[in-house]
Amino acid sequence: MTRKQKRFAMIAGFGLVLVAGMGLILMGLQDKIVFFRSPSDVKAAKFDMSKSFRLGGLVANGSVIKSENQRVEFQVTDGTNVVSVRYTGLLPDLFREGQGVIAEGKLDAQGNFAAATILAKHDENYMPREVADALKKQGHWHPEDSKARKP
Amino acid sequence: MIVELGHFALLLALAVALFQAIVPLWGVKRGDGALMTLAPSAALVQLLLVALAFAALTHAYLSSDFSVQNVYQNSHSLKPLIYKWSGVWGNHEGSMLLWVLILALFGAAVAVFSGALPRDMLAATLSVQGLVAAAFLAFLIFTSNPFTRIEMPPLEGRDLNPVLQDPGLAIHPPLLYLGYVGFSIVFSFAAGALLIGRIDAAFARMVRPWTLTAWIALTLGIAMGSYWAYYELGWGGYWFWDPVENASLMPWLTGTALLHSAIVMEKREALKIWTVLLAIITFSLSLLGTFLVRSGVLTSVHAFAVDPQRGLFILIILIAFIGGSFMLFALRAQSMEAGRLFSPVSREGGLVFNNLFLSVSALAVFVGTLYPLLLEAITGDKISVGPPFFNLTVVPIALPLILGIPFGQRLAWKRGDFLGVAQRLWVLGALTFLGFLAYGAFVHRGPLLAWLAIGLGAFVALASLDDIRERVMRGGISGMASRLFSLPRAFLAMALAHAGMGIMVIGIAATIFEIEKVASLTPGQSVELGDYTLTLEGIVPANGPNFTATIARFRLRDSAGEVAVLEPAKRIYIGRRMPTSEVARYHTGLSEVYVAVGESSEGQKVDLRAYWKPYVLLIWIGPLLMSFAGLLSLSDRRLRIGAPKRAARRAPVEQS
Repeated sequence: MTRKQKRFAMIAGFGLVLVAGMGLILMGLQDKIVFFRSPSDVKAAKFDMSKSFRLGGLVANGSVIKSENQRVEFQVTDGTNVVSVRYTGLLPDLFREGQGVIAEGKLDAQGNFAAATILAKHDENYMPREVADALKKQGHWHPEDSKARKP
Repeated sequence: MIVELGHFALLLALAVALFQAIVPLWGVKRGDGALMTLAPSAALVQLLLVALAFAALTHAYLSSDFSVQNVYQNSHSLKPLIYKWSGVWGNHEGSMLLWVLILALFGAAVAVFSGALPRDMLAATLSVQGLVAAAFLAFLIFTSNPFTRIEMPPLEGRDLNPVLQDPGLAIHPPLLYLGYVGFSIVFSFAAGALLIGRIDAAFARMVRPWTLTAWIALTLGIAMGSYWAYYELGWGGYWFWDPVENASLMPWLTGTALLHSAIVMEKREALKIWTVLLAIITFSLSLLGTFLVRSGVLTSVHAFAVDPQRGLFILIILIAFIGGSFMLFALRAQSMEAGRLFSPVSREGGLVFNNLFLSVSALAVFVGTLYPLLLEAITGDKISVGPPFFNLTVVPIALPLILGIPFGQRLAWKRGDFLGVAQRLWVLGALTFLGFLAYGAFVHRGPLLAWLAIGLGAFVALASLDDIRERVMRGGISGMASRLFSLPRAFLAMALAHAGMGIMVIGIAATIFEIEKVASLTPGQSVELGDYTLTLEGIVPANGPNFTATIARFRLRDSAGEVAVLEPAKRIYIGRRMPTSEVARYHTGLSEVYVAVGESSEGQKVDLRAYWKPYVLLIWIGPLLMSFAGLLSLSDRRLRIGAPKRAARRAPVEQS
């Protein structure tokens, strides 16, 4: 190969890999991302609800019902609207009524949310940022609650 | 008193860092040797001062001095000693102090070990390092002072987040920081060389051991973090594509690329501009990682406290350093002479291939990690980019790279013979790929793609080791032992590191065969798990130093009889009233049984999640082997990686 051909082969190879990589990335950003929705978003039905999404809010007080074989039902609220969630499996350590939660899954035919995963939290003070923002939007954000334990 | 001394030492360190940043560089500009020689001493004094501050904070933790706010918020007098100690960096302020300590450590190490460097280069490098240190010391002192006192000291502390109370977490942050911050010195070398305007093979030779040191620590740190998440969080996963994990993966990917491109630069004086750029990018990604983790723009276990002021401060540091270094690069890159050309099929070509794929995968991780932040800033939509995205993008990019390893390793410098290499590899390739495929199709069953991936891992691992065998066997059986011992350590290191990669691929592919069972059991009931039976025997309460626990006792049997008693538990930490789950595991060879329990609902019922995880330990043994190989390569002072003795001796002849 001449010098020119060598250089061309290298650059063409580079270009090909780069283009393929960018293509994959764009493809991924098209349909492999998951949106975060609040119960009010779900009630307003302003997005494509056939896809899976993340539902976030507070676990409504008194709504958790545990039944056989680790089946759990509870309600997620943002203070204004409520969505029922069904989940089967172990709940994260810090799953509590009145605390923030994020569930990932889909709406079923009855309009209930079938969660595939309930996201774990690591700290009792920690409120998922998405949940905090959703609560703020609905005017139900009381930061002093979440900071109650701080000096 | 000691606390105030620590605070004072920190302030002095800032002054020294500023001095170190300005004076030697001024000396370089004026050609004043006396000013230049001040750099190493300044670096040593800075280390001393920061170490003093760190010791003061450590003392406050060990003596449970709750009049220090940081100690009050993150410690508890009943906490076991090791966690009082690791609590020093188990919080935002302390971990930033550790960051600065390691920064100073690397500066001092260069001052001590790089005495042979040209004086101006050493001075310029340490100046840049001093500038980085000054920025982070200012950040520490003005936004995150670890020595703040409380006026009315409380009697008891609030305890460290229980999930951080784990031996793995005692070493994970220091290792990760050694990696992150280790790249700072590589950055300083690059910026220093750009400032002076001298970039040659000597630069690559100097930078390589530091790159290697940082890379070893980062590899271990990431593996450690992954292992911790696996056994502590109780979800049985080893990698979540969490933004914080990605933040550490990005500098690892570009750092690995740098490790390889520096070889080309050293051996062939090619890829100079690219190597310098990689050095800058890698540390920029480390800074970005620090920003993502410390600013609170991401929510995760790593975001200790959300404070917009801190985020802004780190963002300014980030923009100043990345912007400044790229500007410097843009100004000086043109003046660097272009490197030599080489045939696409050659060792250099193979290393370029490696760099290309590593960079593209780093780009994919970068986009996936930052796109949610960008989208939210622009449209207000909140999204998460998780495993589906990264599996779609990173996996297809990584596969050709991994498959390329055995080939690149065998190509000669300058002009390689691809067919010759393929001839040497085809038997091994056919054996591993077809062997595992056939095994999967006829004996074990299961998804053939998984068997193909295992075949790939086995091929890479065996081919890398086979390279050693080829070299040892060359020239007959006699003298094999002496040939093995005379192999350059750098060559052995390369083969072992690549084998580690293959081993990790096998471990990851084998996760497809794991068995997961979710069940609720009362004492006496059992659950089947592959060849094993797990029986709940009872629920026992227990107490630890700073927690109360409920232990579920299981008996694990295989066809031959009982093999183990497993005791996963649910703990409640007293300080924070925070529950955690403790996983129980039974190892057999490289595989294991993994049991986690949920909160026992009223009565004697236990919710559990149990796994059979075949060959799961390979996922971490691979990176361990890679880091060990890094150490081996580091010990090879004379001959650097990738250049077998023979080729190194032959090279000058070819050039003439």
